[in-house]
Amino acid sequence: MRLKLRIWRQKNAQSEGKFVDYKLDGVSEDSSFLEMLDLLNEQLIDRNEEPVHFDHDCREGICGMCGLVINGIAHGPKAAVTTCQLHMRVFKDGDSITVEPWRAKAFPVIKDLIVDRSAFDRIVQAGGYISVNTGQAPDANVIPVPKEQADRAMDAAACIGCGACVAACPNGSAMLFTSAKLAHLNSLPQGQAERFDRAVLMVNQMDAEGFGGCTNIGECEAVCPKEISLDFIAMMNRDLLRANLMGKGKR
Amino acid sequence: MSVTTTQTMTEAPTFVEATLDGRVPSGPVQTMWERTKFEMKLINPSNRRKFKIIIVGSGLAGGAAAATLGEQGYNVECYAYQDSPRRAHSVAAQGGINAAKNYRNDGDSVYRLFYDTVKGGDFRAREANVYRLAEVSNAIIDQCVAQGVPFAREYGGMLDNRSFGGAQVARTFYARGQTGQQLLLGAYQALARQIAAGTVKMFTRTEMLDLIVINGRARGIVVRDMRTGEITPRLADVVVLGTGGYSNVFYLSTNAKGCNGTAIWRAHKRGAYFANPCFTQIHPTCIPPVGEHQSKLTLMSESLRNDGRIWVPKQPGDTRPADQIPENERYYYLEEMYPSYGNLAPRDISSRAAKRQVDSGRGVGPLRNGVYLDFADAIKRLGEKVIRDRYGNLFDMYENITGENAYKTPMRIYPAPHYTMGGLWVDYYLMSNIPGLFVIGEANFSDHGANRLGASALMQGLADGYFVLPATLPNYLASTRLEKVDENADAVKEAVANVQNITQRLMNTKGTKSVDHYHRELGKIIWEYSGMGRTAEGLQKALQLIPELEAEFWENVRVTGTANELNQELEKAGRLVDYFELGRLMCIDGLNRNESCGGHFREEYQTEEGEAQRNDAEYAYVAAWEYTGDDRPLLHKEPLKFETIKLATRSYK
Repeated sequence: MRLKLRIWRQKNAQSEGKFVDYKLDGVSEDSSFLEMLDLLNEQLIDRNEEPVHFDHDCREGICGMCGLVINGIAHGPKAAVTTCQLHMRVFKDGDSITVEPWRAKAFPVIKDLIVDRSAFDRIVQAGGYISVNTGQAPDANVIPVPKEQADRAMDAAACIGCGACVAACPNGSAMLFTSAKLAHLNSLPQGQAERFDRAVLMVNQMDAEGFGGCTNIGECEAVCPKEISLDFIAMMNRDLLRANLMGKGKR
Repeated sequence: MSVTTTQTMTEAPTFVEATLDGRVPSGPVQTMWERTKFEMKLINPSNRRKFKIIIVGSGLAGGAAAATLGEQGYNVECYAYQDSPRRAHSVAAQGGINAAKNYRNDGDSVYRLFYDTVKGGDFRAREANVYRLAEVSNAIIDQCVAQGVPFAREYGGMLDNRSFGGAQVARTFYARGQTGQQLLLGAYQALARQIAAGTVKMFTRTEMLDLIVINGRARGIVVRDMRTGEITPRLADVVVLGTGGYSNVFYLSTNAKGCNGTAIWRAHKRGAYFANPCFTQIHPTCIPPVGEHQSKLTLMSESLRNDGRIWVPKQPGDTRPADQIPENERYYYLEEMYPSYGNLAPRDISSRAAKRQVDSGRGVGPLRNGVYLDFADAIKRLGEKVIRDRYGNLFDMYENITGENAYKTPMRIYPAPHYTMGGLWVDYYLMSNIPGLFVIGEANFSDHGANRLGASALMQGLADGYFVLPATLPNYLASTRLEKVDENADAVKEAVANVQNITQRLMNTKGTKSVDHYHRELGKIIWEYSGMGRTAEGLQKALQLIPELEAEFWENVRVTGTANELNQELEKAGRLVDYFELGRLMCIDGLNRNESCGGHFREEYQTEEGEAQRNDAEYAYVAAWEYTGDDRPLLHKEPLKFETIKLATRSYK
């Protein structure tokens, strides 16, 4: 395949970025989107130009490291896949493809298509855990967890923290990410002790990081490679309301 | 194995031998760990914050260790090359984690898990370590459940189990097909809690490039900030490596692109012994590569072999599509060769059988480099819905990657490098031969012998990280007088200069070919000569080819950009420098081990039926290699004593 690529290039956080056009020939339709960029980079290196930098690691859709806005859609045109699992056969010979980094106030660009997502880690650090030290645990079967609850917790825990939800949201909101972690822990009996503190603390951190609010647009759910449900945001809001009435989250 | 070369053999490497002591406590393995825990020295809670611990890696082993030592009150620094500790490659493990809970009441026990693991490793692991692993396995499940890991449950709310290869009991706990992800998130959240508490400082996008050894003790590391290129020393009282395996030496593997052997290799060059480097695991069911653009290989869970039938066309060179090959012209080679195990033959045997078929011209697919895994019979017998319920996510993943619908046409699979049993040598206490350097998880060599069983990697990573290291590391601190060190020490300056020199040399080469070009070429050599089947002749050939390629690399590699910025080409180049040397040691080790065991299959040593033939009289030892600076590393042998389990031929007939 032949492609016309329009790719965001930015030397570092301080400099201004711009789109640069590239023509790429000889792309196999069996290659992944990232392998297509590998090919471009091989050619750039041949020409002694700097390759396009992008984040990636496992290349099997689970680590959450990769993420590009492709023709305006986070992770590209195919539903429920990460950028690394998007394959070139969904494009046609001669297509023009625009590639951008995640764009959000809370995700500053580091270089080219690489952004800083450490805000997500700080949201988890604010309360996205169950406080149990190694060695304190009782036997694993002491607390039965009904299958339905365990399945719901797993649905939420499937989030890979890629940040596509933020990139897709016109408000740059991190509500889907934050609510998924809350729903995971708050659906389980083990998570009840800290349930309401957790909701307040994580949401406060989310706001402090500069993420926007949710206005129920639903773009986040549409692009999520793990199909995390918007329902979790509703669950978070319910918990938050109760937590505020109870005066939680002051610790 | 298709070694066609008849070139003159290079002189076989010569070895100087020494005897290495694993410091295994005396007495029966059943009570050893309990007693050792009591006998080890402790550090008073109020003194713990005065000790600084560096942990490199944030996966199941490193992340769990950092969280646990932080909870105990130590002053921990944790380093990861990814942008978040949640992305370590433990995240990609699919199947599950073993534990000897015996919740199924089907005859499981600590002893049985111990026995299965020693046998599965083809009697090349240290008994005492494996027993301890089985012993702490239950506490891992307890801990993970308490953290909120959403393991699969039965309707009554109890934990569900499934069975896995190499075992006759159902002892595997799982969270859908994402067990590794969920266990890692458990460790990551525990780590996040300690970061918030201030006991752990987390450094992401930071790569360890050298080990600092002062007066014979590991006292720090040299790191490169991958965002700015800044190279700095980080000093501590003790250093822990939990940096994973080295399967990416093959270029194409199921590992993440960033997984690398640099931390363990550079520690090796500072004196840490590298044990059993030739013990690598090739997993039988991965999607075959489709072309030169291929950047990695993807695993398809082994569980598919429960319902899929493996076959190739009987006639070599048959290019007809699968549905046009009549039943009597298909060769169900596993079912015919191993009638009792059939398509569920063990990993190493299935992998080698697939290679033999492809080498004989019976490979399928556009590049004729795979075998069929066919679900047609299962779908006929059970209906498509049942198959979809069992394996739907895997069929979807297969379709994403290949564009083929495996409900309609058979899957194509081929073996791929997946895990490395070899790694830095450690004693019973998980300490390398460099005092103060501990090695945990896949990065060490200790528990899996010559072959790892499914669902045991997660178990080992978490056993080391949550329970073993947090008990043994304080003993080292409590029983050692550590002098003060500072950044002006000669050893610190020398290590920093060493990293700067490698970096400069790479930047200054200014050749014409990319780093990936050389990595692909190296991978082809290692795969061809030190992959699924090895011969003395082939390994010697590789020992000629690798240095030639390495020399060309240093003449002609092109690393674009500069050293003082985020530079992914430079990162890759630094890792490849180490793969050349590590790949060579793999071949030297494979050449030294004149036997076949587990994943190490030397064509010369096989039974009439083509099974691995061990040589216990001469090779029941751990081969721990000391770096000497030239191509003749020094071999230290740690004899393996089997006092609890009798040495036996590993038969799966």
